Parts: sequence; structure tokens; C-alpha cells
Amino acid sequence: MANEELAASLSAVLGGAAIADLARLSGGASRETWQFSANERMLILQRQRGGDIRDMGNEFAVLRAARAGGVPVPEVIAASTDKSDLGAAYMILSHFEGETIARKILRDDQFAEARTHLAQDFAVALARLHSIDPAAAPGLLPTDQVVQYREALDALKYSHPTFELVFRWLEQNRPPVGPLCIVHGDFRLGNIMVGPDGLRAVLDWELAHIGDPMEDLGWLCVKAWRFGVRKPVAGLGGYDEFFEAYSRAANVAVDADVVRWWEVLGTLKWGIMCIIQTQSHLGRITRSHELAAIGRRVCENEHDLFLALEGKW
Amino acid sequence: MPHDVPTAQQLVESVREWLERDVLAGTSGRLQFHTRVAITVLSMVERELELGPEQAERHLERLQMLGFGSDEELSRAIREGDDRTDSSVEVQEAVRAAVWQSVRDKLAVANPKYLDADPG
Repeated sequence: MANEELAASLSAVLGGAAIADLARLSGGASRETWQFSANERMLILQRQRGGDIRDMGNEFAVLRAARAGGVPVPEVIAASTDKSDLGAAYMILSHFEGETIARKILRDDQFAEARTHLAQDFAVALARLHSIDPAAAPGLLPTDQVVQYREALDALKYSHPTFELVFRWLEQNRPPVGPLCIVHGDFRLGNIMVGPDGLRAVLDWELAHIGDPMEDLGWLCVKAWRFGVRKPVAGLGGYDEFFEAYSRAANVAVDADVVRWWEVLGTLKWGIMCIIQTQSHLGRITRSHELAAIGRRVCENEHDLFLALEGKW
Repeated sequence: MPHDVPTAQQLVESVREWLERDVLAGTSGRLQFHTRVAITVLSMVERELELGPEQAERHLERLQMLGFGSDEELSRAIREGDDRTDSSVEVQEAVRAAVWQSVRDKLAVANPKYLDADPG
């Protein structure tokens, strides 16, 4: 769809608003992200890409529920899974000023003050999310992440001895199932808008599902999401202070061993996701050397898995 | 070898150097990001052309030491709790050490800095 055509379609779904400054932003692999103004209000468009088979309807339902539950998230201005509107499922979201690039958030001087409390901000946002009644987003399903990623790996038909070793460890050390809730599923720097004052908005809800709240905590601690900084929680802080902040906000105890189990699963998941992303290039769904290169990041995850499980086999 | 100079590695190197020297400075935003990715990819190919053949030999030797002919066979054995991967703590450790060494070889091609940061 050409830019003029997209602008006209945006105007149509926004009640004839005057569309200007339409520009594509550098964005994720599963969707296109655009910025534009409608009657001089800055908005964001997310449009699903060809290779993504998820139901975007679940995503905008959970965004609305999260906003109602006090989690800082963009407002859903318009959204539809009807491809006839904009050529693909889409969401039009309120725009936030801020930074999402992890390396800048972790290193730039303007975020120095924010870095002193961002991990606590994350703990509070996750506690609020996890306290929402899952019935608020009825399309979300409980997923057994081990089974899901076992099947995902099998479907890819590539042999990965490291991943097999980790699947065995996960099965032998699986924690008991606690109360289930809405989990974000991809809560980490890169998917979070940050300002000099701290957390501004939690973005990218495409992997939200029903699960163990500790899944989000473990994922946030996965080494890939520390972006080279030697602090375990998102490159921002230590485990203990983060778990304490979450415990205080959620009024539940955090078992560090359970979070660790989810961290190991998270590292495995990211490894398998790297293969899936490269597969959308190899399968000619989206030709991109960026996606192709992601396939060669799998060994980073394998190395992290060996480090994480050292002495635990 | 039926080919003239430059070697495949030198050809890739020449394109990578051109991207670094001439293209990067004239780009910004998405195009610059994708130029950086292209440079990273070509560097990886250069390292694989250099290290790959010897790594492939060592990889097969490690598999054979454990009694396997391929990663596929090894993966299936680990999954099924086969005696060749699971009969004792020593065997489990030998499997882990062999697989980890293969991962280190992959990193030496894909991203040597990652390995340097935390060799384990």
C-alpha cells in the first residue's frame, strides 16, 4: 500500500481526520510501525506483517484491560482485525514521547536518574498487571510454555542438542503451578517507553497470554535483555531489590528459584524465537538480511544456557 | 581450486570494507542500521570461511567420541534419555562439555565478542 493510499485509509478509520507527517519507524520483525498526525494529534499505527499469524484482537483487548488496571500503556484509539480497512490487522495508539532503545536507556546521561528506580517501576507495573482479572481479556489462553516451545522447536525440524539438554532440565525442575494471571510475555527493555522521569508506557503486547506471574519476572532477567550490562534485572538492578519491590506491590512472596526456572526457560525461548524469526526470511515470507542474521544469534542463547545451568545439570 | 584471486573471503571482505568506508557515512536511520547489520553479516561470513572447515572436522570428532554421527542423533538420544547421554554423571558431563564446545565454535564465527565477555 502506497503512503498516500495508507493516509487516505487512516483518515477513513479515524472519522475523516486530517492525516499528515506519515512516516515509517524502524520497528519489530512481526509488524510495521508508523507515526502520523490526525488533526494534529500525534498517533502510532501498528500493522501486522505477513508472517505473523497471531490474533491482534487479543492484543488490543489486553491493552485496554491493562490501561484500566493502572498499568502505563498507550490508549487504543482505533483497532480492527478486518484486513479490508488498512490491508492488515492494525491498532492506532496514542503517542508517547520517550526512548525505547535499550542501549540508550542503559547508558545515556539523561536517563541516569531514571535508572535508579526503573527496576522498581517495572516491579510495580508487573504487580498491577498480574492483579487484573484474566476475564478482562477473554481471548487470552493459558499456555504451557514448555510444551509450546517444544512444539515450536519440533516444527522447525532443526536439531539442537543444547536445547534438548535444557528441555530435560526444565522438565526435571518444573515448579508447582500457582494462581494464573495475564502475563505480558515480552516485558523487557526494547518494549518499554522510558523518559528521564522513569517508566512511561509498556508496549508490544503481542505475546500476552494467561500464565504464571513469575514468567514475566524471569523473562526480564534473561541475559539478552541486559544488553551487555552486568546487572541481572534488565541491566538495571539486582535480583533481591527487584523481588522485594514486586513482593511489596503484589503482596505475594517471590521464590527466587522459581524465577530462575523461568529465566532459563526464557533464554531457551529467545533462542527458539531467533530461529523462528530467521525462518520468516528463509521461508520467503519477509526477505530481510536483518532477519537472516538473527538465526546466527541462537548460539548466544545456547552459551547463556550453559552459563545459567553450570553446576545444575 | 578452479578460481582466480581474490578468494571468496577476500571478495566478501572487499564489499564489507566498502560498506564501512563509503556507505555508512552517507546513510542515516533505518538505512544506516541495516548497513550496520550488513557489515556484521559479512564479517561473520569472513570468519566462517576462515574457521569453518576446521570447526566442522572438530565437531564431527566430538560427536563420534560420544558415539554419534550427527547432531540429529545426539539430540534424539538426549531427548529419550539414551544411555549414551544419560547413563552416569560422567557421561552427562562429557555430553555437556562436547555440546558447549560446539557452541563456543559457533560463537567464534557468529559473535566472538560475546564469547570474550563471558567465556564461562
